[in-house]
Amino acid sequence: MILLQTIFLIIKIVLLIGILMGGFAYATLLERRLLGFFQLRLGPNRVGPGGLLQPIADGLKMALKEDLMPNGADPFVYRLAPVVALFAALSVDAVIPFGAPVHLFGLTVYLDIANPSIGLLIAFAFSSLGVYGLVLGGWASQNKYSLLGGIRASAQIISYELAMGLAVLGVIMTTGTANLYDIVVYQHHHGWLWLPQIGAFLIYFVTGIAETNRTPFDLPEAESELVAGYHTEYSGMRFASYYIAEYVNMITVSGLAVTLFFGGWLGPWLPPIIWFFIKIGIFLFIFIWIRATLPRFRYDKLMNFGWKFLLPAALIYFLATALFVSGVL
Amino acid sequence: MATKEMRAERDPALTDETMVINLGPQHPSTHGVLRVRLTLDGERVVKAEPVIGYLHTGFEKTAETLTYQQCNTITDRLDYLAPMTNNLAFVLAVERMMDIEVPKRAQYVRVLFSELTRVASHLVWLGTHVMDLGAMSLFFYCMREREVILDLIEAAAGVRMNPSYFRVGGLAYDLPEGFHEKVRDFLKDFPRWMTTYRNLVDGNPLINERLVGISLLDRQTCYQYGVTGPNMRATGLALDLRKDEPYCYYDEFEFAVPTRTQCDAYARFWVRVEEIYESMKIIDQVLGKISPQGEYATTDRKVSLPPRDEIYGNMEALIHQFKLVTAGFPVPQGEVYQAVEGPRGEMGFYLVSDGGPKPYRWRARTPSYYNLQTMPIIAKDGLVADVITAIGSIDIMLGDVDK
Repeated sequence: MILLQTIFLIIKIVLLIGILMGGFAYATLLERRLLGFFQLRLGPNRVGPGGLLQPIADGLKMALKEDLMPNGADPFVYRLAPVVALFAALSVDAVIPFGAPVHLFGLTVYLDIANPSIGLLIAFAFSSLGVYGLVLGGWASQNKYSLLGGIRASAQIISYELAMGLAVLGVIMTTGTANLYDIVVYQHHHGWLWLPQIGAFLIYFVTGIAETNRTPFDLPEAESELVAGYHTEYSGMRFASYYIAEYVNMITVSGLAVTLFFGGWLGPWLPPIIWFFIKIGIFLFIFIWIRATLPRFRYDKLMNFGWKFLLPAALIYFLATALFVSGVL
Repeated sequence: MATKEMRAERDPALTDETMVINLGPQHPSTHGVLRVRLTLDGERVVKAEPVIGYLHTGFEKTAETLTYQQCNTITDRLDYLAPMTNNLAFVLAVERMMDIEVPKRAQYVRVLFSELTRVASHLVWLGTHVMDLGAMSLFFYCMREREVILDLIEAAAGVRMNPSYFRVGGLAYDLPEGFHEKVRDFLKDFPRWMTTYRNLVDGNPLINERLVGISLLDRQTCYQYGVTGPNMRATGLALDLRKDEPYCYYDEFEFAVPTRTQCDAYARFWVRVEEIYESMKIIDQVLGKISPQGEYATTDRKVSLPPRDEIYGNMEALIHQFKLVTAGFPVPQGEVYQAVEGPRGEMGFYLVSDGGPKPYRWRARTPSYYNLQTMPIIAKDGLVADVITAIGSIDIMLGDVDK
């Protein structure tokens, strides 16, 4: 029995990594095609039918590029940083259930790698680790643009993590659990949480964009200001690691949003996994749409926004939820 | 061994607390090859010094070896986003020295193209400025509309970017057939697109935050540095050579000079956007004044090339053509300064002639050069992001700066 469980676990891990990597590859393609669509261009459509093989070509290109390191860089930290970013991005997804449990060979298989009772907290802990990749990479590159990017990344994450954490506390209080599987089950019985937790959802979504360093919060990268920010000096697979981390983070934030507020895998007719990925796809589309439309925040305005608006708003919503759940209201 | 003391001696702003960073010359948003040497305290700018000359081509010296007609092609390359107004300033200067009568229709066509390039130039500015702020898509939309204007220029001049369409004595060619309709089509479609662009930026809190109160440039500084154009008009002074010293019958057209009083990047933004609308008005009025085909250059064969069919049938025309092409035309001794209102400000030429067919001195007063000198003032005490806003909002063109 234990052997079977171990085999299932390994299969699940391999599948998850595969899905995330495939998701990353096709998220880049989706982004490029959609941006092309928004911007009166075609986007990549030459490799394979409709450009479907473009991600493979990109991956090959990345793998074959020379791996450069600046002279004054700190070699250990410089090599470590992209790994940290990628590791943090991938490991969050271990606790997200991406489908209803299935029954195989007399075993109930949960479609997540781990199912701890504090799943949500673990997800947040790992996603906060991701910023170390940015900060360390920016610091170790021995490049002033990278350094500024790293500083911005740390300032940004401090401003946003608090509001993000407070926002999801509302969900924990309503459902009475921090287990992501149980949160979805709760939504199965009591309806999806986005409507009763609309404030929490909006705050979570805004901070989620900040968490993934996407427009309008792409300050650490800030192409028009800092050239490429923290990964200015990176090339080849190390650059690709950052790139993968960004997109996997997008998928993760979308996955968490779907799990917490939009009923996870729940949905009629279609198989649960399909529903889960459809919902993630919708979120990815919104991410890309925002990127095509909005300009970038300024560093100090962003911190003002984080501390003076999002944090109080999240606190107020948190207190209101607390009063409501405890039955005072 | 450059010690800390030595460094501090050289540059008092450079201490342990600050760091120097070179923004450019190869940087995504320095609009070419501008280099800004920033002294930063954290992200706050202590000092910003523009370093120019990476695109220096020696136009002024080159021009002294070229005939006046050949010089025209150099003016295209100064501010390559607004070649027509550069052409115009130069040919008006030469015409003033030679006292040439240019047909009224040709002057109107010059107005038409000056305003078309003003719109094209402002569109590039709008797209790149907003892209520097981080919104990518508008750039592509603006480029699409600019493409229509470039097509119009191509239809008339045969070239998109460096047309040299205005020649001393008039125009290079007459307008092509159906040109009026093409411009009217553009005038019809364009306001709709402009509304779309405005919807993207107007009232957008993110854009407002990046522009309001940023990179202040007051009128006194403008006076001191010789800043003209939209940058000056954003301080509330309606300085516009089209109104103040009308050339090419600009006084016959009805248009307003948009001004703002806030002196910041936001004011400059809206001055330029409103100017696009005013230019559209002028274009519309010109179309009503000119016939589709007609006189396009002076018949004075001392400066203007004879038409092709004349050359093959008429000995005199052949001689004129030969003389004009091989030797150019002599310009009476003297000096002249002629300026026009370009999209970036006062575009002027100071010419000195020694009586020969080539200028003795050819000096271009390019607006971007003067506007860029204010960088240390407007970028000071801002953040790195504000430096980018400043570069975009004073609308520099490096070909114009470095000459």
